[in-house]
Amino acid sequence: MRRFELLLPQSVDECVRTLAQQGPETKLLAGGTDLLPQLKNGLLKPARVIDLSGVAQLRAIESANGQGLRIGSAVTARTLELDRTVQGRYLSLAESGALVGSVQVRNLATLGGNLCNAAPSADMAPPLLALDAEAIIVGPKGERRVPVATFFTGVRKTVLAPDELLVELALPATGPNSGGNYLRHTPRRELDIAVVGVASQLTLANGVCAKARIALAAVAPVPLRATGAERALEGQRVTPELIARAADLALEVARPISDQRGSADFRRHLVRVLTRRTLTTALARASA
Amino acid sequence: MAKHALSCTVNDEPVEVLVQPWDTLLDALRERMGLTGPKEGCGTGDCGACTVHFDGKPIASCLLLAMQARGHEVRTIEGLGKPGALHPLQEAFVKHGVPQCGFCIPGVLMAAAALLTENPRPTEEEIRYGIAGNLCRCTGYTKMLAAITEAAGATAGRRS
Ligand SMILES: Cc1cc2nc3c(=O)[nH]c(=O)nc-3n(C[C@H](O)[C@H](O)[C@H](O)COP(=O)(O)OP(=O)(O)OC[C@H]3O[C@@H](n4cnc5c(N)ncnc54)[C@H](O)[C@@H]3O)c2cc1C
Ligand code: FES
Ligand code: FES
Repeated sequence: MRRFELLLPQSVDECVRTLAQQGPETKLLAGGTDLLPQLKNGLLKPARVIDLSGVAQLRAIESANGQGLRIGSAVTARTLELDRTVQGRYLSLAESGALVGSVQVRNLATLGGNLCNAAPSADMAPPLLALDAEAIIVGPKGERRVPVATFFTGVRKTVLAPDELLVELALPATGPNSGGNYLRHTPRRELDIAVVGVASQLTLANGVCAKARIALAAVAPVPLRATGAERALEGQRVTPELIARAADLALEVARPISDQRGSADFRRHLVRVLTRRTLTTALARASA
Repeated sequence: MAKHALSCTVNDEPVEVLVQPWDTLLDALRERMGLTGPKEGCGTGDCGACTVHFDGKPIASCLLLAMQARGHEVRTIEGLGKPGALHPLQEAFVKHGVPQCGFCIPGVLMAAAALLTENPRPTEEEIRYGIAGNLCRCTGYTKMLAAITEAAGATAGRRS
């Protein structure tokens, strides 16, 4: 691996100060499952690396006033997979965590790293979009909040400035009549990258859909919401026919490319299939 | 660039070694501590040959910087069992003749040991899922399943 200096801050404040002092040529390190391969193959050549593993605050999961949930950016995929609260109230996020790599990777891979690496196929991004999560970012000028839906700006690009740190993800409460699901398609079940990923979240009130969220991965440069499909569901009684129509509408926002993992046509087909399946499961879970 | 002093626990013993900032935990174990049980197959998290326990959990030690292990507990295959007092998984692997070349085996054993700690009676499906991150190029999975199933005291082929 190319040589670099390693800095080991112990608090968010120290980390932000260190980032500000060091200037460019500095990379943050969380679980390293994206960064280390990029350092080893020479894609990245930072002069300094700041290790976040000493910052305990980033690993916390806290219920906010018994309402929503705040998840530290360095919480691992494996923790999300197994955490009872996440399984209970934010099941699609637990499901996406369970799909990342192998158990050896999931014990290292963090939620924040998955978002900041900003791969179009990042598995933990669509559930956060479908759950209306906000990114809590800290920099030299203090804290700002950005909806995860606008966090991504391009392939491997986010709204983060070089001197900013993603600290937490804030998830609003879901309520008892809400259900979600994340599914992805991969040729291999384990250790593969999503050809397409879809997260759905439905909230019911008096038998009709009060709120619908559908988020797609790997069909555009950034993970994105299928707002047209969401609008078709809201205010309606959700039937299999309506789900099929929403699945067709989800295609409107998809701008898939053809690559070695799948053609654009296959990806469009998968958007329809996975949207239908995740909405069907979300409806069953919301009704349960 | 200055070396760092790494203090951590390895196989129940406190250790302090000097490491380079860019050394991975796998580098430190193999090159600085003489623990060559964990292997470097790919160096990118894909093969599982470097699997060790980190605070009891299986990780790919090729993806962790050595200094990220400061203050943590690491266990390698050298600390799983001893000659004469093998871990039940090691006994079962010997009995079933699982290893062929043996390169993947330390990683498989560490993944399986972590699985059995969390889930003492896994189903076949759960065993397959637990070692999905370990590649064996000698096609030893069938015997691995049998040996892990036997070590777990579970019935082969049980699903639930
Ligand atoms: C074998 C293997 C299989 C994989 N399978 C999957 C998969 O199935 N699905 C999937 O989505 N991904 C997968 N990945 C990719 C990777 O594991 C995930 O994206 C993971 O969540 C990255 O998190 P990390 O903590 O390891 O990030 P790191 O590698 O530590 O960091 C990633 C990037 O984010 C930046 N960063 C990290 N934390 C912060 C922060 N708090 N603030 C600002 N910037 C930050 C870093 O500077 C770096 O640029 C796989 C990787 C491997 C090696
Ligand atoms: S060497 Fe670490 S996973 Fe292959
Ligand atoms: S026994 Fe040779 S790689 Fe598994």
